[in-house]
Amino acid sequence: MNRMTTAVLALVAGAALPGAAQVRLNGAGATFPNIIYQNWILTYNQSHPDVKLNYQSIGSGGGIRQFSDGTVDFGGTDAPMSDSAIAAISGNVLHIPTVLGAVVAAYNLPDVSQPVRFSPDVLADIFLGKVTKWNDARLSSINPGVTLPNQDIIVVHRSDGSGTSFVWTDYLSKVSSEWQQKVGKGPSVNWPVGLGGRGNEGVTTTVRQTPGAIGYIELGYAVVNKVPFGVVRNRSGNWITPSLESVTAAAAGAMKDMGPTTDFRVSITDSPGAQAYPVSSFTWLLVHKTYSDATKARALVQYIWWAETEGQAKTTELGYAPLPRELRSWIQARLKTIRGAVISP
Amino acid sequence: MTVVQWGAVPAPRAEQPKVPSRWQALRGADRSDRIYKFALTLLALALPVLIIVMLGVLLVNALPALRRFGPSFLWTSAWDPVAEIYGAAPMIFGTLASSFLALLIAVPLALGVAILLTEFAPRSVRQPIAFLVELLAAIPSVVYGLWGIFVLIPFLRGYVVPALKAVFGWTPFLQGVFYGNSLLAGGIILAIMIVPYIAAVSREVLLAVPASQREAALAMGATRWEAVCSAVLPYGRAGLIGAVILGLGRALGETMAVTMVIGNRHDIGISVLQPAYTMAAAIANEFSEATTSLYLSALFEVGLVLFVLTVAVNAIARILIWRVARGTPAGSSAL
Repeated sequence: MNRMTTAVLALVAGAALPGAAQVRLNGAGATFPNIIYQNWILTYNQSHPDVKLNYQSIGSGGGIRQFSDGTVDFGGTDAPMSDSAIAAISGNVLHIPTVLGAVVAAYNLPDVSQPVRFSPDVLADIFLGKVTKWNDARLSSINPGVTLPNQDIIVVHRSDGSGTSFVWTDYLSKVSSEWQQKVGKGPSVNWPVGLGGRGNEGVTTTVRQTPGAIGYIELGYAVVNKVPFGVVRNRSGNWITPSLESVTAAAAGAMKDMGPTTDFRVSITDSPGAQAYPVSSFTWLLVHKTYSDATKARALVQYIWWAETEGQAKTTELGYAPLPRELRSWIQARLKTIRGAVISP
Repeated sequence: MTVVQWGAVPAPRAEQPKVPSRWQALRGADRSDRIYKFALTLLALALPVLIIVMLGVLLVNALPALRRFGPSFLWTSAWDPVAEIYGAAPMIFGTLASSFLALLIAVPLALGVAILLTEFAPRSVRQPIAFLVELLAAIPSVVYGLWGIFVLIPFLRGYVVPALKAVFGWTPFLQGVFYGNSLLAGGIILAIMIVPYIAAVSREVLLAVPASQREAALAMGATRWEAVCSAVLPYGRAGLIGAVILGLGRALGETMAVTMVIGNRHDIGISVLQPAYTMAAAIANEFSEATTSLYLSALFEVGLVLFVLTVAVNAIARILIWRVARGTPAGSSAL
């Protein structure tokens, strides 16, 4: 036996040893929480080198599909799974909220410096193509002191299927019965008017390049890219500027209608909270109720629990709204129901 | 002079028995030859088989949508993922309209470049210009898309569309408000992208036209322009059609740059100022979030339609070339 063979044998043995204790957890799904998920995975791996997590941001729809097919151990989604999709995997899924996001109405009015106010009905009618001018009487009346130009409103929406579209159409469906009947809600819908842009960046670019345009994009994306966005009137009648606080307030407000055992697949758009920004939403991790591999289940639950507690400290610096603290005990109770799972404090 | 023949190389009489084995080798009786032939056949068959497999996969996955909507998928225009009603007419229209608009702009441009480079330009600038035109083909399509959004659309909005409206505003093709993202913008981007392909192939075709053709026309008293029109272009017409079809094929399937500027709207409108959609763009946009199986299946059917359309376009082109190429061997051999 020569030295070469010995070296190769040593390598093989060396690779095999830690491999025996390692747990690999693969996930895929929503792009919106990708930044914080990657950050969590990196941080968590430093304290738990034995758990190898991997998350691919392929989109909510792809996440649901891969999770349902069993290609990945957990999924991520901005739009909750439909009842029929859950039935297709015999109900073996739990939706666990991780962080909150919001969708804002971004616009391009170069001569308007104050933030424009939108009431729910006007917003719906703009996207239905019924309010077509910026100086429409209904817009002017809720924007006293703002000179809105006599310009066509050009609606921009997402052309790709997206959780952002789901949240936006979910909100419009709640505030406008006409929207609900004509269009409905979904990751992609049949838009009555407007141009399609691909991704948040596509919508943002089109809005920026088109005078008089209005589109909807993620709050974090709008803040980072300094796109002006609108103030929206919430259910309590207050004008709310989208911010991380008002988004967390929306979740806290929605909790009043929930109980410890409520399915977390709730929509928190048009939340009743006094300071709630109405176009807010959870983003969820999809996990199975039962895993065949107990080691995997334990590692996954421990990771999620870490994300729900220590991980939440990271949210604001990365541009996400943290979950309300009150929700933690409910989430923990839910995680405990996963079979084969033990939560170490 | 000695006439050299197969097997007649200066060979001593003693080696005569080897001749039959050599003939065997030529007939493919040799083992290494057989293996070689077999390997080549396998490789050559791999491509047609791949196409059949692709068609099969598309068909199988499109089956639920095919069953549900039948042939009406091709001419209905609702695309409503919420109500699960799908019709591909706007996308089929948008794909064809943007591609033909692109051809309308690109063909004169590319032919002009090719004629200039082969017939008129001074020898010293031919290579540099040809190189620069072909360089256009190397630019990634997403870069074209960005350029379209940030340069082309503002330029169209500021100068081209007002001018077009002033002159042709009465035609149905220029009705409506110009948002920027539109069939026009998509067609122009596509035109710029396919110019290098059409120009490069056309140039090769024109170079292959024998000098005698030009000389004959010139000798008859034609001007150089008349020589190009009456002798050179007709001689290479089959090759030129081939070049155009190559460009069309590329335009039909182009995705990224088009989706960035065409407006992505499921709508059929005769005005080029309106936003539209193409099949390739819709598949790329909606595939990753197609949550229901019928939605996914409808997208597969769109893929199937695109596949069939592209094959049909190529087949028509082939037939056209055979027709036109009759009697012009040089024209078809330039392909």
